[in-house]
Amino acid sequence: MTYTGWILLTASLVGLSCGIVGVFLILRRMAMMADAISHTVLLGIVTAFLITRELNGPHMLIGAIITGLLTALLVQWFHSRGVQQDASIGVVFTTLFAIGVILIATQVGNAHLDTKHALMGEIAFVPWEVMNVPLLGEVPKATFMLAAVLLVVLVVILAFYKEWKITSFDPALAASIGIPVVLLHYVFMSMVSITTVASFDAVGAIMVVAMLITPAAAAYLWTDKLSIMLVLSGAFGVISAFAGYYVAVWLDTSISGSMAFATGIVFLVSFLLSPKHGVLSRYLYRYERPDQEEQQIDAVS
Amino acid sequence: MLNSLLSPNTQWVLLSTLILGMAAGMIGCLAYWKKQSLMSDALSHAALPGVVVAFALTGTKNLLFMIIGAAVSALIGAWLIGWIRSSSRIKEDTAMGMILSVFFGLGIMLLTIVNRTAGGNQSGLDNFIFGQAASMVRKDVFTMLALALLVIVIVTVAFKEWKLFLFDPDFARGLGLSSRWMNAIYMAVLVLVIVIGIQAVGVILMAAMLIIPAVSARYWTQSFRTMVILSAIFGGGSGLIGTLISTLGKGWPTGPFIVIASSVLFTVSLVFGSEKGLLIQALQLRSEKKKQVEDPSSSWTKVPAIREGE
Repeated sequence: MTYTGWILLTASLVGLSCGIVGVFLILRRMAMMADAISHTVLLGIVTAFLITRELNGPHMLIGAIITGLLTALLVQWFHSRGVQQDASIGVVFTTLFAIGVILIATQVGNAHLDTKHALMGEIAFVPWEVMNVPLLGEVPKATFMLAAVLLVVLVVILAFYKEWKITSFDPALAASIGIPVVLLHYVFMSMVSITTVASFDAVGAIMVVAMLITPAAAAYLWTDKLSIMLVLSGAFGVISAFAGYYVAVWLDTSISGSMAFATGIVFLVSFLLSPKHGVLSRYLYRYERPDQEEQQIDAVS
Repeated sequence: MLNSLLSPNTQWVLLSTLILGMAAGMIGCLAYWKKQSLMSDALSHAALPGVVVAFALTGTKNLLFMIIGAAVSALIGAWLIGWIRSSSRIKEDTAMGMILSVFFGLGIMLLTIVNRTAGGNQSGLDNFIFGQAASMVRKDVFTMLALALLVIVIVTVAFKEWKLFLFDPDFARGLGLSSRWMNAIYMAVLVLVIVIGIQAVGVILMAAMLIIPAVSARYWTQSFRTMVILSAIFGGGSGLIGTLISTLGKGWPTGPFIVIASSVLFTVSLVFGSEKGLLIQALQLRSEKKKQVEDPSSSWTKVPAIREGE
C-alpha cells in the first residue's frame, strides 16, 4: 500500500474505534471522563517506557489500562467522599498528567517520547515503523495495534450488546435484573483506555477526545436508535479522518489538529441541519406548527 | 539556585505566579460552587486559537494582545457551549468536551502554520501549551500582575454579592441583584484568570490552578469566606513553589510543577483536613463505634449533619 493509503487507513481505524466507543461515552454521560483518561494514559505510557525502555505495543496497552482504571477508581473514590464529580475529575487527571509530563521532561530526555508527540501525535511517521505480520506482510505497528483494538472493542460490544444497551440507558433497571453494572463500568473504562492509547500515536492525547466525543454527539442528533447511532458515529469518524487529512495536506499543517477540527465541522453541520434535533429544523418547526394546529382543528370540526 | 533566586527577573516572575495562584484560587472557589470546575478546563483549551491568531495578526509576542485574543476565543467557546446545551439534546459535559478538543485542534493547526511561516521569531509560542514562566519579560510580568490584582479586587470588594449569587440566587434577585449581570461578570473574571495564567501554566494545566486549591480548601472549613482565603493561600503557595522548582532544571516547564505542588497540598488536606479529612473521619468512626458498643441506645443521629456551604 502507498504511504497515503496507510495514513488514511490508520486515521480511519482511529475514527471507527473512537466513534463506536464514543457512543457509549455520550449515552453514559461520561464525556469528561474520556477527557480525563486521554490525559492520564500518558502517565501509563511513560511508566511503561521507563520500566521496559522501549515503546512497545503490549506494554503501552497494559500501562494504559492500569492508569485508565486508576483514574476511574480515584474519581469514583473522591466523589464518594463528597467532592463534586467534575471537581474530582479535574483534580485526578491534571495531577496524573502533570506527573507524566514531568517524568518525560526529567527522565526520558528527548529519546523516543516527547511531550509534543504525546499531545499532537505524529501520524505522518506511522507508516515508517513497520512490523511483519503473517499473511499480510509489512504493516505499520500503530495500524496493526489499532486494528487489534478495534476488533476487541467490536467483539466486546457485540457479544454483550443487550447488556451495554440496558446499562447505558437505564442503569437502575440493569442492576435490578442482575446485570453486573459495576463490572461493566470498569470493562468500559478499560475499553476507553485501550482505544485512547492505540490512537495516541496517530492523533495524540487531546485530539483523541475530539475523535471520541464529537462524531458520537453528531450521530446522537440524527437518530434515536442505538445501532444506527453506532454506525453513523463510526462513519462520521471516518469522514472526519479523510477530510482532516486532505485539509491538512492542502494547508500543510498538523494532520491530527485538522482531523479534530473536521469532527467539529461534522458536528456543526449536524447541529444546524439534522431533521429532528437541528437548530434550523426547530426554527422552521416553530413557524410551521400553528398551521398544523389549524389543520387539526379543521379536521376535528 | 541562590543565583537564580537573586536575579531580579526571577523575583518578578515568582511574584507574578504567586499573585496569579492567589487569583486563580479565589475564582476557583466561585467555579467550584457554580459546579463548573471543568468549564475552566474547556475554556483554557479554547483560548489557544485566539492566542495564535493574535500573534499572527500583530506579528509580535505582545502579551496584552495575546490575552485579548485568548479572551475572545475562550468567550466564543463559552458561548458555543451554552448554545449547544440550550438548543439541542447534547448535555453540557459533552458540549464542553467537544469545544475543548475541537478548539484545541484548531489551535494546533494554526500554530503549525504560524510556526512554519513566521520564522524563528515565534519560538515562545509553544510555551503556551505547557507554560514557561521563566520566559516572561518584565513587561509581561507587569501586565499579569495588574490583571491578577484586578481579579482579586473584584472578588473581595463584592464578596457579599458573590456569596448571595452562589448560595441563594433567589434572595439575591429579591435584593435587586441582576443574576444576568453577575453571571456575565463571573464569566469575565473566570476567563481573565485563565488567559493571564496561560503564559505561566499553559493551556492544558491551567484548570488545575482553579480546581485543586478550591477542593483542598474544602477539607478545612465549612465557611465560604475561610474557604476563599485558604484557597488563595494554597494557590499562591503552589504557584510560588512550583515556579521555584522549575527554575532548577534547564527547560523544565512551569505548569506541571505548579500542579504537583498543589496536588501535594491537596493530599495533605485530604488526609489531615479538619472537615471530612480521612484521619478525622476515621477517628470519628472509631469513637462512634465505641459509643455504640458501650451504649447501644445512643443513635447515629447524634452525629452533626454536614452542611454544605455557610
